[in-house]
Amino acid sequence: MTIRLGGILAGLAITAVLVLWSLLPGAYNYAFGPAPEKQPSYAFYEHGHGPEGGFAFDGAFGKWDIAQLQRGYQVYKEVCKACHSLKFVAFRDLKQLGYTEAEIDAEAATWTVPGIDPATGEATTRPGEPTDYFPSPFPNAIAAAAANNNAIPPDLSLMAKARHDGSNYIYDLMMGYGEADPAKATKVGFETPDGLYFNKHFPNVNIAMPPPLSDDQVTYADGTKATTAQMSKDVAAFLTWTAEPSLIERRQTGWFVLGFLLFATTLAFLSYKQIWAGLKPKKK
Amino acid sequence: MSFAWAKQYEPQSAFTKWIDEKLPLPRLVYNAVGAGYPVPRNLNYMWNFGVLAGFCLMLQIVTGVVLAMHYAANGLVAFATVEHIMRDVNYGWMLRYAHANGASFFFIVIYLHIFRGFFYSSYKAPREMIWLLGVVIFLLMMATAFMGYVLPWGQMSFWGAQVITGLFSAIPLVGEPLQIWLLGGFAPDNAALNRFFSLHFLLPFVIAGVVILHIWALHIPGSSNPTGVEVKQESDTVPFHPYYTAKDGFGLGVFLILFTAMVFFLPNALGHPDNYIEANPLSTPAHIVPEWYFWPFYAILRAFTGDLTIPFTGIVLVQAKLLGVIAMFGSILLWFVLPWLDKSPVRSGHYRPLFRKFFWFGLIPTMAVLFYCGGAPAEEPFVVLSQLATAYYFLHFLVILPIISQIEVPKPLPFSITEAVLGKDKAPEAPRAGSVDGGDLGAAPEGSLQPAE
Repeated sequence: MTIRLGGILAGLAITAVLVLWSLLPGAYNYAFGPAPEKQPSYAFYEHGHGPEGGFAFDGAFGKWDIAQLQRGYQVYKEVCKACHSLKFVAFRDLKQLGYTEAEIDAEAATWTVPGIDPATGEATTRPGEPTDYFPSPFPNAIAAAAANNNAIPPDLSLMAKARHDGSNYIYDLMMGYGEADPAKATKVGFETPDGLYFNKHFPNVNIAMPPPLSDDQVTYADGTKATTAQMSKDVAAFLTWTAEPSLIERRQTGWFVLGFLLFATTLAFLSYKQIWAGLKPKKK
Repeated sequence: MSFAWAKQYEPQSAFTKWIDEKLPLPRLVYNAVGAGYPVPRNLNYMWNFGVLAGFCLMLQIVTGVVLAMHYAANGLVAFATVEHIMRDVNYGWMLRYAHANGASFFFIVIYLHIFRGFFYSSYKAPREMIWLLGVVIFLLMMATAFMGYVLPWGQMSFWGAQVITGLFSAIPLVGEPLQIWLLGGFAPDNAALNRFFSLHFLLPFVIAGVVILHIWALHIPGSSNPTGVEVKQESDTVPFHPYYTAKDGFGLGVFLILFTAMVFFLPNALGHPDNYIEANPLSTPAHIVPEWYFWPFYAILRAFTGDLTIPFTGIVLVQAKLLGVIAMFGSILLWFVLPWLDKSPVRSGHYRPLFRKFFWFGLIPTMAVLFYCGGAPAEEPFVVLSQLATAYYFLHFLVILPIISQIEVPKPLPFSITEAVLGKDKAPEAPRAGSVDGGDLGAAPEGSLQPAE
């Protein structure tokens, strides 16, 4: 009885504190107080939907489009890598993109990576090897910020997983550059700050990255026409691969595991029913 | 510990006889989860989750021990070693996704297990100790899961550690030094990461120890059942093996299908994208949210927005942050007194019309609202909603349960489990040999029915 009485008193006390000091003032403010201020940029943000037709790897049965990944790699190498690192990916990983070992050796050698002079022990640079990771364009974060108007270009290895619906996000971001609707901008007093760029798919619509892609910026080795949309889609696919190289292997393993489990669970269900058969009341 | 009619372990071969004399481990297993443990015959699927929780614990320990072989708890390399596991370790991605989703599924299973306990009053005498140990396990699980989430050293890891240890700074006088002592510094860094790793490795084995006590305590009175009527006679029970091993085998299969579907097809759906960004003390994420299984309690924490003041004087008695911390811990700690708050002699919610209404139309929607608001940004209308839900949460357990257990008129209970299952029970006319003394069969049996070992 004491515990119940104590419980009732404690329950009423904590509810009273909550209702009188938090709920009522908050509800009053919510009902009659000023509406919370929103940044004018919210008026311009648009939710993107990714490329038309989606990606080859979408869905539970999706596969990599190897040619697309190779094109995406070309875009990274010729455009993105000027500012963005890819530090968790090694040249040897390119094997998954359909390159032979000789091609990977040659490709790695076209990159310059930090090394140590074997004679003097001093820091130097050398051609890359398959075991090396993609080198970063800046030696450290301070250098990256200094070269980029105080914004640090993020590493791209995991970008497709570090944003919600990342593959589509990367595509949308590439395609979202433009101008704010001038009539609307005047009305809410919105102006893109100096040194930033308007992008309707970036959360606060002001992004530090200048528009990176323009039509025919790269010349694709396979002859595909390099429109901005094509390059955006290719680089988004490539960065999905860098973020989750095991994606397709994972799903294939998953189908195998699910198939086995469905079979095993059916057997388990049947043996459960058989073992219990004698115990269940007979239906009338 | 068992009913009089429980089967006895009889070693057959010379070897098992020899083992049984020296170390009767097979006998222990036989009596714990074998044919020697008589279990009510009417358990529904809600009784599958105890075994599943045990499976989850083993899964987490096995995957976790292997992950620890490839992980380094150092702020400089922790994030990179997780990527090393994902990319270079053989099937490392499978281990890590199984471990991360395994934590989520562990909590799904545990929440169903706990709410089974709420509805069928599994906490009531003679099973209070099982319940108390269960609450201890739940608290240990929360601590373990929180520290595990810090280890990948992503943005949510770092800021989650900052926010959760920051709760201790709300304690008057000792709060700030306490937070610094817990973290080993002014902000989460190497010291915090290292001790979290050490404790994250240790606590699962502590949990395993308490689980053994939990199961031991369960075997004293035996399992509860959906009617809430205690076992009276042999026809009320079946041996755990093969009846419930078969049923648990099927349950495990269904669980594994759902679990592997998440691991192989949606491994990041329950996580937060920000945790794929390396920890950065200089950049705060837009919304810091804990893992989904903490959302209801996070909503209670954030429901207290106003300081407790003396009106019209501006004197602050208790700060809002401290109120929230007290309420959040209190919301779980009150489960410890639940067996003594709810005094209704009827256990099962099926026979408690008033209790059942408050359970389905009060507690369950409240938990849903708290869950949703805990994951939502701290804006209206989520704040007001979580305040209403928090108020109901405390009223439900502390005020409504004690009162309805006093005023409720329960429905008539079946005479026995056998009657509940078959519609009739011959026992009232002819008591079986080996059951209770034929006297007072209608009364709830006393402890004398289950002599302790």
